[in-house]
Amino acid sequence: MSALLQVQNVTKRFGGLTANHDVSFDVQENEILSVIGPNGAGKSTLFKMISSFLPTTSGQVLFKGWRISNRKPHIAARRGVVRTFQETTIFKSMTVRESVIVAQHLRSKASLAGYFWGTRVARSDVERFGRYADELIDFLGMTAIAGEQASNLPQGNLRALGIAIGLATDPEVLLLDEPFAGMNHDETMRMVDLVRKVRDERGVTVLLVEHDMPAVMKISDRIVVLNFGEMIAEGTPQEIQNNEKVIEAYLGSADDEIGI
Amino acid sequence: MTKFVAARSGGVALFLVTLFIAVPALISASGRTDFYFTLTSVAILSIASAGVWLTFYIGRINIGQGAFALIGAYVSAILVTKAGMSFWLSLPLAGLFAALVAILIGLPILRLRGVYFAMITLVLTQVVTLTALAVPITNGAKGITSIPLPGELSIFGLTLIPDFGSLDNSRLAFYYTACLLMVLTFAGMYRLVNSRLGHLCRSMQQNEELASSIGVNIAYVRIIVFAISSFLGGIAGAMFGSIAQSVYPSSFQVADSVNFMLNCFLGGLGYVFGPMLGTLVLYFGWDLLFELGQFQLLVYSGLLILLMLVLPNGLLSLRLPQRKGTSE
Repeated sequence: MSALLQVQNVTKRFGGLTANHDVSFDVQENEILSVIGPNGAGKSTLFKMISSFLPTTSGQVLFKGWRISNRKPHIAARRGVVRTFQETTIFKSMTVRESVIVAQHLRSKASLAGYFWGTRVARSDVERFGRYADELIDFLGMTAIAGEQASNLPQGNLRALGIAIGLATDPEVLLLDEPFAGMNHDETMRMVDLVRKVRDERGVTVLLVEHDMPAVMKISDRIVVLNFGEMIAEGTPQEIQNNEKVIEAYLGSADDEIGI
Repeated sequence: MTKFVAARSGGVALFLVTLFIAVPALISASGRTDFYFTLTSVAILSIASAGVWLTFYIGRINIGQGAFALIGAYVSAILVTKAGMSFWLSLPLAGLFAALVAILIGLPILRLRGVYFAMITLVLTQVVTLTALAVPITNGAKGITSIPLPGELSIFGLTLIPDFGSLDNSRLAFYYTACLLMVLTFAGMYRLVNSRLGHLCRSMQQNEELASSIGVNIAYVRIIVFAISSFLGGIAGAMFGSIAQSVYPSSFQVADSVNFMLNCFLGGLGYVFGPMLGTLVLYFGWDLLFELGQFQLLVYSGLLILLMLVLPNGLLSLRLPQRKGTSE
């Protein structure tokens, strides 16, 4: 069986600057794969291309053999590849529960007009969304803050809210954008457990982009390392830790970033 | 919750009784029949303002509603005078045509955000005015005049609406028509805002990127909303043309577009019924200041600035401090 998500020879150029050059790797079903690399290695650009927030210059990303790159973000989401954002990207004046309900858009059975007229399908949708929202919020341990407005939440909760919104779409692949950024050790470990739980109990494949080395080593099944836009290594955390090229890339840029 | 529903139904009933019974009774008792025209205008302008409010709801500042009102007015006038169509059929057609134009224009410009979208819509009114001056079918600066009053509307021989020309008091007939349309518009708006489309609009208003990441086709929703908004503008324009029995390129100007937007600001962008209250206050406020003569505009603008400083969330935030009209 071929991989769930295939990144094939993806290249991105911004004018004269090459942000990604010929990056290829596969993501297997039900694994947690991390993309790491020093600042400016092209992680974020790659992330945006996989979720169709940026077009590729050449190359493509396939999900179950179907191209999801160079389309619109909502098309990728409809196929089951959903990204999360860093904490500032939220629905500010919605509560946690409202956000999770809105995010179930892809689960609707009724049409927009159906909702307007309040057809039976639409009413059952609304009820279903409410129930699922409560279930998800409980799953992520956010029941206590379900009624809080998103703009009042502290940073750690916002990250979880982002994951809740992503999960509400029933994704097959969840793309996490730096889920551990700016977190202390305890928060990071809680987030590691949460992401694991999402994979284990919801059967969601996770691809994440991250700086935080210890967390990545702990959480990942496999790791892809980028440097100056090119892929320099791929393998298990063990293999990556002992990879000469990786050590060189990190030591060559910033000593403190490796953290291991 | 049931208490809230009861209070709300009571409020709606009171509003309808005031609108359709108390106000006409008061006017006929006092003999100030000129108020019919004023209140009819408020009702119609609030329909156009409701459209503008809806574009605010997807996070777009729309200063182009005058364009769509003018388009609606011309479409209805042309259909009635040149094709001999019944006004009652031309009314929805005017709205639909305005919506069609909005879709064509919206496809390229709705990608723009903030001040860029606002600027383009500001120009739209001027573009439509100039087009009306140049195109033969609109009869240039002379406009279309002597538009007949709305005729009879009957289905299977049953008269639903009598011929306005045969009535003793066509002003009252227009008043009822305008109020009915306004009630329908705001009932529809309330429903829309509290349905899934409304929730999607809110999500887009707050963060378009996040909305598209959860699978919302934001381009599609934007077009739908802009089309509905312009439909309301077209309907309002057609009604106005019919009341004035004439349409000129200057019937709706940039200043009108700006006023539609101000109505929304004044009433409150967070409340569905904001544009209705905003239109009423703004329209009467302007007239009340008439006595001030040359200082009218100065005092009026000053008051508006003051109101926006003191009540940034609009007049309705006075009465409904915590609840927003959009929450379930």
